Amino acid sequence: MTKKLMKGAEVIGASAIAAGCKHFFGYPITPQNEVPEYMSKEMPKIGGVYVQAESEVAAVNMIYGAAGTGTRVMTSSSSPGIALMQEGLSYIAGSEVPCVIVSVSRGGPGLGGILPSQSDYYQATRGGGNGDYFMPVYAPANLQEMSELMQKAFDIADQYRTPAMVLADGMLAQMMEPVEIKPYDSKNIDKSSWATTGTKGKRKPNIINSLRIKADALEEHNRHLNEKYCTIRDNEKDYEAYQTEQAEVIVTAYGSASRVVRNAIDNLRDEGLKVGMIRPITLWPFPDNAFDELPDTVKAVLSAELSCGQMIDDIRIAARGRWPVDFYGRTGGNIFSSEEIEEKVRAMLKGVISNAR
Amino acid sequence: MPDSMIFQRTKGLTDAEFTYCPGCTHGIIHRLVAEVLVELNQLEDAIGIASVGCSVMAYDFFNCDMQQAAHGRAPAVATGIKRCLPNNIVFTYQGDGDLASIGAGEVVHAAHRSENITIIFVNNAIYGMTGGQMAPTTLIGQKTTTSPYGRKKEETGDPIRVSEMLATIPGATYIERVSVHNPAHVRKTKKAIKKAFQYQQEKRGFTMVEILSTCNVGWGMSPLDALDWLEENMIPYYPLGVYKDKVKEEGRQ
Ligand SMILES: Cc1ncc(C[n+]2csc(CCOP(=O)(O)OP(=O)(O)O)c2C)c(N)n1
Repeated sequence: MTKKLMKGAEVIGASAIAAGCKHFFGYPITPQNEVPEYMSKEMPKIGGVYVQAESEVAAVNMIYGAAGTGTRVMTSSSSPGIALMQEGLSYIAGSEVPCVIVSVSRGGPGLGGILPSQSDYYQATRGGGNGDYFMPVYAPANLQEMSELMQKAFDIADQYRTPAMVLADGMLAQMMEPVEIKPYDSKNIDKSSWATTGTKGKRKPNIINSLRIKADALEEHNRHLNEKYCTIRDNEKDYEAYQTEQAEVIVTAYGSASRVVRNAIDNLRDEGLKVGMIRPITLWPFPDNAFDELPDTVKAVLSAELSCGQMIDDIRIAARGRWPVDFYGRTGGNIFSSEEIEEKVRAMLKGVISNAR
Repeated sequence: MPDSMIFQRTKGLTDAEFTYCPGCTHGIIHRLVAEVLVELNQLEDAIGIASVGCSVMAYDFFNCDMQQAAHGRAPAVATGIKRCLPNNIVFTYQGDGDLASIGAGEVVHAAHRSENITIIFVNNAIYGMTGGQMAPTTLIGQKTTTSPYGRKKEETGDPIRVSEMLATIPGATYIERVSVHNPAHVRKTKKAIKKAFQYQQEKRGFTMVEILSTCNVGWGMSPLDALDWLEENMIPYYPLGVYKDKVKEEGRQ
């Protein structure tokens, strides 16, 4: 297979189709319009279905219905749209139907702006929907990884009967990089025990439902869901440790921000400074195990985010007080430069560490 | 004709006991939908969507695959299912709070796209499940727990006539309003439901049957008084009849 120069949004669409996704339901919002545009162009060619919903509320409920039939299905949206999908995500998680949600986040709160931002980390990892639920969240940092994580998200969704999110931002969705879209190797997970496809008179009705009126029944369901989330925590944490050997300062960054941080680490290492990066690939489950692998040389940790500081909460939990955790962030669509990160890390190496976000 | 006709449970319904209050007409409507699915030989291919309201547990009652939807979103859920399984029968079962208030957007757009689904719309002029609050379909002057002095037009506008509204949508194929307040109308209701499902089988597009129904408990009446109240008060404001039948208008092909 050869690599092809592709735009991020196209990579999302092409990878989903290669993963067997034939149904897309969505609603336009910048900076991810190229995803529905791509799907509206490609789906008819493969006998698939593209539906432009009347709202993100409708889109996520179409996903819920479609996913209930056991079909591989996805939507894509951005911050205010993902906000509207929270009700549906809660239902999808509660009734355990697999689907993929792409979140190409932009600045907020409110209408915010359309430029790259990571201020939806809480929205993705904590969710705004009601109830005790989580969903796996993947944060690619380049387009090849985006392609692979898109496909993985479908597999994970099927395997655990859960919604799975791929979280990106306008930088990743709009940039171009050479990518190889690998053909999908179908795991053929049997969905016949729960999918609503009509009984054909051969089995009892399948019911997709999140309602449990009785306390004991709901508690049992909550326990079951929680066991699943524990299994996901045990098995699915993913991260990259970059230049962590002998490191004194560890910068933690994901997605687009990690691209800048990687440059900064390279520059600082060139100067002989001992710094490294932990790059979470799964945001939920958060790879707290990455911090247990750090060398004894580490003196402080920095969270570098395109937000006012959200992932830092998870880093602090993972750090368990072993190191001070400092923060550096830019917002509004501004992206920190490598120099800004280098300057911050140099100060930290000199012992200037703020423990307040 | 056989010597004796035995009234039996339809196999379109499960053995689960209804959760409805005594006197409520949801049970009659369930039975009609179930009988029609059996008579059309569609039960095995049907996927129903239970909405939020008194009928939320419909997933336990209909003897076919079922999915439970968030409040008002059933037409969107039905759209998702139907687009994946175009040859299955897909229907929603929704109350008037669910469909005419919180789900007004979803039903309008499903009709506009002429989704090939059937909506069973149960209009009882009140929010039954939550204890009898005012619905968009509550009549002017009608007392509910949130219109304790009677619904006032100046404050809330007039009750929504859903069938009339949806009939104006080009994508709507078949819209009929019926009632279940007496046996003759129960039979008419069954005919309307059957026609809607037949049109869906023939891939004719969006069909909805609005069924005037009683909520004797929510209305604060005996079951019999509620049937009279429906006839005397609801039917004048919500006239029965076919509001749209595109297949008939365009001539059957
Ligand atoms: C988002 C949301 N808002 C409110 C409710 C509470 N709720 C449950 S049932 C219901 C009213 C349903 O009334 P209707 O659709 O008329 O059906 P009925 O109970 O009368 O059959 C409401 C408001 C809910 N479950 N979800």
